Amino acid sequence: MAERISNREGIKGMANPTRYGWLRVAYWLQRLTGLGLLAYLIGHIYETSTILNGKTAWDNMLSITETPGGHIVLILVIGMCVFHTGNGIRVMISEGGRGLGRPGQPEYPYRASSLNSKQRLCIWVSIALAALAMMYGAGVLFGN
Amino acid sequence: MATVTVPKKESQNLPGNPKESQEQQKTVTLRIARINPGEDAKGKFEEFKIPVQKWTTVLEAILYVKQNLDHSVALRYSCRQASCGSCGMKINGKPRLACYTKISELESETITVEPMSNYPIIRDLAVNFEHLFSTHKKMKPFIINEESEIKPGAKEFIQTPQDLEKFLQFSYCIKCGLCNSACPTMATDASFIGPQGLAQAYRYTADNRDEGKKERLKIVDQSHGIWRCHFAGSCSNVCPKGVDPAMAIQLLRGYLLGFRK
Repeated sequence: MAERISNREGIKGMANPTRYGWLRVAYWLQRLTGLGLLAYLIGHIYETSTILNGKTAWDNMLSITETPGGHIVLILVIGMCVFHTGNGIRVMISEGGRGLGRPGQPEYPYRASSLNSKQRLCIWVSIALAALAMMYGAGVLFGN
Repeated sequence: MATVTVPKKESQNLPGNPKESQEQQKTVTLRIARINPGEDAKGKFEEFKIPVQKWTTVLEAILYVKQNLDHSVALRYSCRQASCGSCGMKINGKPRLACYTKISELESETITVEPMSNYPIIRDLAVNFEHLFSTHKKMKPFIINEESEIKPGAKEFIQTPQDLEKFLQFSYCIKCGLCNSACPTMATDASFIGPQGLAQAYRYTADNRDEGKKERLKIVDQSHGIWRCHFAGSCSNVCPKGVDPAMAIQLLRGYLLGFRK
């Protein structure tokens, strides 16, 4: 048999949200925000662990994080956290077989029932809640 | 990939189209991926100018190339009516059936056809379905029931329309493989069962004549099985028959999570 090329799309294909509708966009955002929150968690553990090195080390760390740049990162974290939670709840409920519509006779033009308006609405609500939480966070962090 | 342009011959005509109307016909550029793994793994694109009408399908355009411009283009096709599932390929970046996709609906002057992603390439647009068929077979795609043999005195199975609706749409799968090509998990995990296989596992599990639920759930409940699906919905987005594999997978997961019996 001739040599074969696997032609697997790989991470590049997995991370491309543009071709398959809103659920794929939500999948991509869920992964992206998950990675973002993981990076924040690691950074946060590192930041708070500096307190073990004394007050000076802690004050030095705060001088880096308690800045406009640090606040913007926190606002992004708030947005990621809210979207990841909201969309995660949608995915968990759907993965139990709820909110997908009912199986039935498919009719042309064959719109998949699982990609229904309820799913899209939940995605949009998650995005809207994330935006609202970010605005509130920005108000608190930059308010004074 | 490099690009090679092949000029259109003056005297060519689409099959079934009168020559006199040729001047009024629109022309599109068809870019075909040419890959021969035995010779050049990198491959290249070849461009062809094709006369099209509003009903011309991508398959007809490729067959026009084969008939008039370059007979060496390799592809798999058969029924030309979205029933056999042979002509799946990536058309303008998305997996579709070539016989079911009209050039006019793509709304582009350039049509790019490539082999489907996530399958080994045999040549040009033809891909290997070994993994698809083997996972399909692993799902035991048949009714498991001791009483299913025709025996003297055996009664037929009673099935209501409601019972039928639970699995009917999933039995329309034509094994074209578009769902596996669109799946983001298949893009990175070569051992993943894939939406096609999982949807078929649900199809037979949901059938009230079947008694193989335990066996099938055991097959899908593994590290490269049902739990690798993250409900991106891409499989259902590309399915040309309305099978909705994403729904089937989540419903199948409902059995494992205890939401369904």
